[in-house]
Amino acid sequence: MTPRQATRARRLWALVRKESLQILRDPSAFLIAGVLPLLLLLIFGFGVSLDLKEVRIAVVVERMTPEAASLLDSYRDSRFFRVRVARHRAEVEDELVAGRLSGIVVIPDDFSARLARGARAPIQVLVDGSDPNTAGLAQGYINGVWQNWLLQETASRSALVSRPVAGPRITIEPRSWFNPSLDSRDSLLPGAVAINLTLIGTLLTALVVAREWERGTMEALLATPASRGEILLGKIIPYFALGMLAMAVSTASAVWAFGVPFRGSIAALVAVSSAFLGTMLTLGLLISTKARNQFVACQAALIVGFLPAFELSGFIFEIGSMPAPIQLLTRILPPRYFVSSLQTIFLAGDVPSVLVPNGLILCAFASVLFAMLVRSTPTRLE
Amino acid sequence: MNAGPLVVARGLSKRFPDGTLALDGLDFDVLPGRVTGLVGPDGAGKTTLMRLIAGLLLPSEGSVRSCGFDTASDLPEIRAAVSYMPQRFGLYEDLTVAENLALYADLRGVVGDERTATTQRLLDFTGLGPFTSRLAGKLSGGMKQKLGLACALIRTPRLLLLDEPSVGVDPISRRELWRLVYQLVDRGIAVVWSTAYLDEAERCTSVLTLDRGRLLYDGPPEELTARAIGRTVLVRGADRKRRVLAAALRLPEVVDGVIQGRAVRLVVRDGARPPSPPDLGAPDAEVIPTSPRFEDAFVDLLGGGPKGESPLSGGNRPAIPGADAVVEAVGLTKRFGSFTAARDITFRIGRGEIFGLLGPNGAGKSTTFKMLCGLLVPTEGTARVAGADLYRSGGQARARLGYMAQKFSLYGDLSARQNLEFFSGVYGLSGRRRREAIDRLVGAFELEPFLKVDAGRLPLGFKQRLALACAVLHDPPVLFLDEPTSGVDPLTRREFWSHINAMVERGVTVLVTTHFLDEAEYCDRIALVDKGRVIANGSPDDLKDAARSDSLPEPTLEDAFIGLVEAADAREQAA
Repeated sequence: MTPRQATRARRLWALVRKESLQILRDPSAFLIAGVLPLLLLLIFGFGVSLDLKEVRIAVVVERMTPEAASLLDSYRDSRFFRVRVARHRAEVEDELVAGRLSGIVVIPDDFSARLARGARAPIQVLVDGSDPNTAGLAQGYINGVWQNWLLQETASRSALVSRPVAGPRITIEPRSWFNPSLDSRDSLLPGAVAINLTLIGTLLTALVVAREWERGTMEALLATPASRGEILLGKIIPYFALGMLAMAVSTASAVWAFGVPFRGSIAALVAVSSAFLGTMLTLGLLISTKARNQFVACQAALIVGFLPAFELSGFIFEIGSMPAPIQLLTRILPPRYFVSSLQTIFLAGDVPSVLVPNGLILCAFASVLFAMLVRSTPTRLE
Repeated sequence: MNAGPLVVARGLSKRFPDGTLALDGLDFDVLPGRVTGLVGPDGAGKTTLMRLIAGLLLPSEGSVRSCGFDTASDLPEIRAAVSYMPQRFGLYEDLTVAENLALYADLRGVVGDERTATTQRLLDFTGLGPFTSRLAGKLSGGMKQKLGLACALIRTPRLLLLDEPSVGVDPISRRELWRLVYQLVDRGIAVVWSTAYLDEAERCTSVLTLDRGRLLYDGPPEELTARAIGRTVLVRGADRKRRVLAAALRLPEVVDGVIQGRAVRLVVRDGARPPSPPDLGAPDAEVIPTSPRFEDAFVDLLGGGPKGESPLSGGNRPAIPGADAVVEAVGLTKRFGSFTAARDITFRIGRGEIFGLLGPNGAGKSTTFKMLCGLLVPTEGTARVAGADLYRSGGQARARLGYMAQKFSLYGDLSARQNLEFFSGVYGLSGRRRREAIDRLVGAFELEPFLKVDAGRLPLGFKQRLALACAVLHDPPVLFLDEPTSGVDPLTRREFWSHINAMVERGVTVLVTTHFLDEAEYCDRIALVDKGRVIANGSPDDLKDAARSDSLPEPTLEDAFIGLVEAADAREQAA
């Protein structure tokens, strides 16, 4: 190292050390980087579930035939339902009205007869529409079991009697996000990791440069030999370390405390997280540098960083079901690429066809934002 | 050491993107081995000039060279040779004293033995040695100022720029700072010191006087002071000094006037004769010539102080029946845990009196002030305002007092009218009374053109008027002013005091804290607080008399202040 490089390294180290001490002493940094992520994990781990479990339904079997019994068993065996059996709809209608049941499945009197004729053998599904969300889910689950049963029934019948079956045509394919094999927690928690990184990357760093302007220390810093790059790196390095630490803690708690599978590799996780964290840190610093005011910076970070990560990343709301213009909008938002990468790494494994393009796009975001950041970081006060 | 100038400005102008011309064609040199003062009213362009010299701003026209380098092109060289202490000192409040010093040492490449030696020397020099592990945010104003200076000196610069280093700092700390700076100057460093304190300008070898971006004067302060020779007089022996001042300011030949203890100090126009006692409405007073101060010549150079009478004058408030003392503190004591912030504070303030509460930073002034406002409940003792006990019938007492806090405490995002409406609501005015109160003050302070302007964007003088207007909307008999003029220039301060004087003449009672000791001269009586106790109590002249000695035949109030505090400290150490 030449003496000049040594001087630079010392300046950078001094700035990193200063920033780290400030993080350690600032209670709001601890709250945003430590308490808030854990709170989010707890909320998404325990509180929020997009699945229904043990939905109370009644199955009304108007005539007990082998087919009806088989379908009834299908409902009973499902882990999604707690089934009550009735003979007449009237017996359970009041329960539905009172909200003690989420749905009623009626297997009609002529169910087996119509099935045998190859005609469509409709079952009737009644759900409590006063809570549309639960109603929709219940309906979806009930339909799912029904479709499943139909497929199996058709298959077994074809096997027994080898004749072409004019079997029931499946007219409704419930193509929604519903997937009986997937626990929503498993896809929510990786998303929560992304939210945590957004919080640290954007919200926390949005405050730090603005704070230096407000307290007048930026003016003193600019009057020293520290260069623009040193000042920026002095901010990025400690927050990068903090972000990666939070990522490790969130991942560990998701996997060990909440039993989310982790099928990919740690290397892939670190690589994609670095790219995303780099993007969000640069975004936060850019906001902070432009705003020069903590309040404005905080608002901007919420609107530009946090809310899109929450609502437009596919974390909670499926991007595929958004209106076309919004879908287009999500393409220019970095969290989308990170959430899908995380869900892939956790649930599917290292899938290069997903991770490589996502990683490259995130790197591109980071580069563009960094160039903007360097341009907007002054060496003077104007 | 190179004896050539360290700052060379030629045709230096600065226009900001919004079109304001902050500096207009300045030509000056700053020489090494001396302190160059930078004085001027608020908005004169002092900070802009400092930043241009430090290379933090670029000139719009002309050039400025610092230590031989062009500020536009040789930034790294300037950063290495010039140290700059911005307002508020540029300290990281969540780092300790030692960490702040270490940061600036690393940034300026001070390492190894040099670093150990320099750090030790600066800690000795500033007296911060015992406090290295204290957070900078927990230091007093004076200690922060010294730490800021130490950080700026970690690598001995050739040019040191200090931007208003003494705002909010008590007289003792200011005097110590001067001592430190003179030691530097003796080693050949050039120091540029911008200040709102004109007694500080008097101590500089050379001063640059700016007004609205133009250089009005460049030279030794004595030369400027000499322009006022034969034009300054003291009016003594008048029983109504505030009346005399108001009368004097109505005379066309008087360009400036202030109260100095029992006397009134006047500056007359060049070539005019001093006014006679009958002109001033005080036939039994005597008018004595006196030697000019820098401030006299400075105000004259800027075209004189505010003239005429305050619109708040006229009329008389009825006396409060049955209360001979309007504000009364009896044995006020406040303890925070084992620490006693104020001990047995007792005084009485009569109707139409200005009472000053002075003391070094951390002496217990603010604690006493807060107890008198009812913001803190004393551990022992009691206080009465206009006959009402502050702690038993606090609401009643507070309704009788107007309060103007430091930094004006206006809502910067509300317009002037909205601020007035808000404060009138707070004081319980509504309907016609509210409209009349607002109209009266808007008229008196000429706020009409600014009613729709956000308070944060008002020119400083009008901000001050608005803050005062908000404090007196309910026409209180008692007015509490907490460092009302901190960071405010001499002209704006004069205007402020003309309003206060007018109100006092009407019978309003004023309690004020301040670090400007020339301002304390406006007080009828002063209580000097140190380490939580009142160590002296009397008129400004009484305090000055107490400090008079053979070596100091004409002590200023600052000399008296420092002498009394040091004597009290010595007594305590002896005991």
